Amino acid sequence: MDWFLWLHAEHGIKLTIFYDHWDRGRFIKGIWTTIHLSFVTIVLSIVIGIIGAWFQKSRFIWIRTIVQGYIQFFRNTPPLIQLYFFYFAMDTFLSGIFNIHGGILGSYGWAVVSLSFFAGAFNVEIFRAGVEAVPESTVESAISLGYSRRQIYQYVTLPLAFRVCLPALNNNLINLIKTTTVAYAIAVPETLYVANQIWSDEYNVLEMMNVVWVIYIIIVGFLVWLMHRWERSTRIPGFGQ
Amino acid sequence: MNPLSHIINSTDLPVMKPFNYTVSAALQARDIVKFSLNKRTALVLILVLTAWLGIDAAYAQVQGDPNQTILQTLIKWTPLMFFGPPNEFGGFVLNITVSFIAMAMGTFMGLWVGIGQVSPNKIIRRASWLTTQLFRNSPWLVLLFYFMFLLPYTVEIGGIRYDIPGWIKATFALSLPIMANLSEIVRGAINSIPTGQWESAQSLGFTRRQILWQIILPQCIKRMIPPWMNWYCILTMATPLISILGVNDGMTLTQHALAAEARSEFLIPMYLWLMTWFFIYSYPIALYTQRFERRFTITT
Repeated sequence: MDWFLWLHAEHGIKLTIFYDHWDRGRFIKGIWTTIHLSFVTIVLSIVIGIIGAWFQKSRFIWIRTIVQGYIQFFRNTPPLIQLYFFYFAMDTFLSGIFNIHGGILGSYGWAVVSLSFFAGAFNVEIFRAGVEAVPESTVESAISLGYSRRQIYQYVTLPLAFRVCLPALNNNLINLIKTTTVAYAIAVPETLYVANQIWSDEYNVLEMMNVVWVIYIIIVGFLVWLMHRWERSTRIPGFGQ
Repeated sequence: MNPLSHIINSTDLPVMKPFNYTVSAALQARDIVKFSLNKRTALVLILVLTAWLGIDAAYAQVQGDPNQTILQTLIKWTPLMFFGPPNEFGGFVLNITVSFIAMAMGTFMGLWVGIGQVSPNKIIRRASWLTTQLFRNSPWLVLLFYFMFLLPYTVEIGGIRYDIPGWIKATFALSLPIMANLSEIVRGAINSIPTGQWESAQSLGFTRRQILWQIILPQCIKRMIPPWMNWYCILTMATPLISILGVNDGMTLTQHALAAEARSEFLIPMYLWLMTWFFIYSYPIALYTQRFERRFTITT
């Protein structure tokens, strides 16, 4: 702490987050919001992916068309505009319909919804490819053992598919964490937003920019490490390298 | 879609079938095209559109201003949102321009960093690896902020001051993550060429530089095109981020238009309208990417 004060006094490097109580508090809260937001959207997007991949196997063409339309829409439009669309347009529209004053969800809630749908669109494709990698003979054996369609998906197809998906899923989830910064645009108090507040108050743009950069690389690095461990522990023997 | 796909696809599979998620997606995308060109679907679409126009006009009548239908408002603002303010560079055209320039710069830099990653020189290899990892793992928006604040607002060349427009700095910032990701693609492609190619070229007396530029890289191009196109799509989808930093792109102008109208029922159509442009631009590229990918996985 004294060292950072000395750094400021001697070299003009102003890292207020290490000695200013107020700045440190809000910065830690910002990092926590980023982690929280990432975690919730990761879980929701995986759920969307699993359900979407299930629906893509549906017997009805219109269900498959809807899922495909959802995927293509969210993949081929910018995530920032999706976020604005949900936060500004959908919120006004829905609160108008249900006559709710002051909006349905806050900025955090809409960021969760929008980012989950965005990453979920990619996850559906990833899981579907994983499901298709499961050999028919495995599914047929499950049928002959008397499993129902849902049970086959839950106990046979999905656990196998999940393991093949992991590298692709890994990439997508990392991308999702990086995309959470977009929530800055609708004033979700995540790391980048809080850092912006701090450098507006303290005039230490360069220092805070570097800190933010390092923080994101640490968070992303942690997820990469975690997913690689998971990938190794659930590896199918004889599959892959 | 997945930069690792060529590695994953090329494995022997005792337990599972190959994992490649773009191939069958292409077939399904084709189904969608067929589905939407279907006569019945076209009829439904036309009916929905007519119904919407009718409701739109009726609603405007009820509101007491028949000249303010949603359709008319969209048409009124479209030139601004698309081409930017008169005599100024902006709008959706700016988004596309930024994506072109950033892609060109990113490809050029990424090629060199990627070659650096397979250099026999340890220092160059480590430095290229670090550059790649650093820019690959940091969020685009953070990079945008970083370079918008770091780069100067004006430069002096030969005593004359030139202003650097915000969008040029933004373009540079956007080219960096492209550089890092293409560097990985180049490295992966070079490593995917069998070592026999290197060895036979060596035995024919080629130097290392000649082998790389005349034998290895030409073979890599085919493998690099699908991921390269994919990254172009991702970059185009990231260009509205520059609106956060105050560049007059399509997104900023749409918000100005919405602020000028100040009517909440325009929100959904306007945002959807803007998203439609991005979709129309990006979806064919995505389809072609899938087609290329499928063609190349069969032949290799």
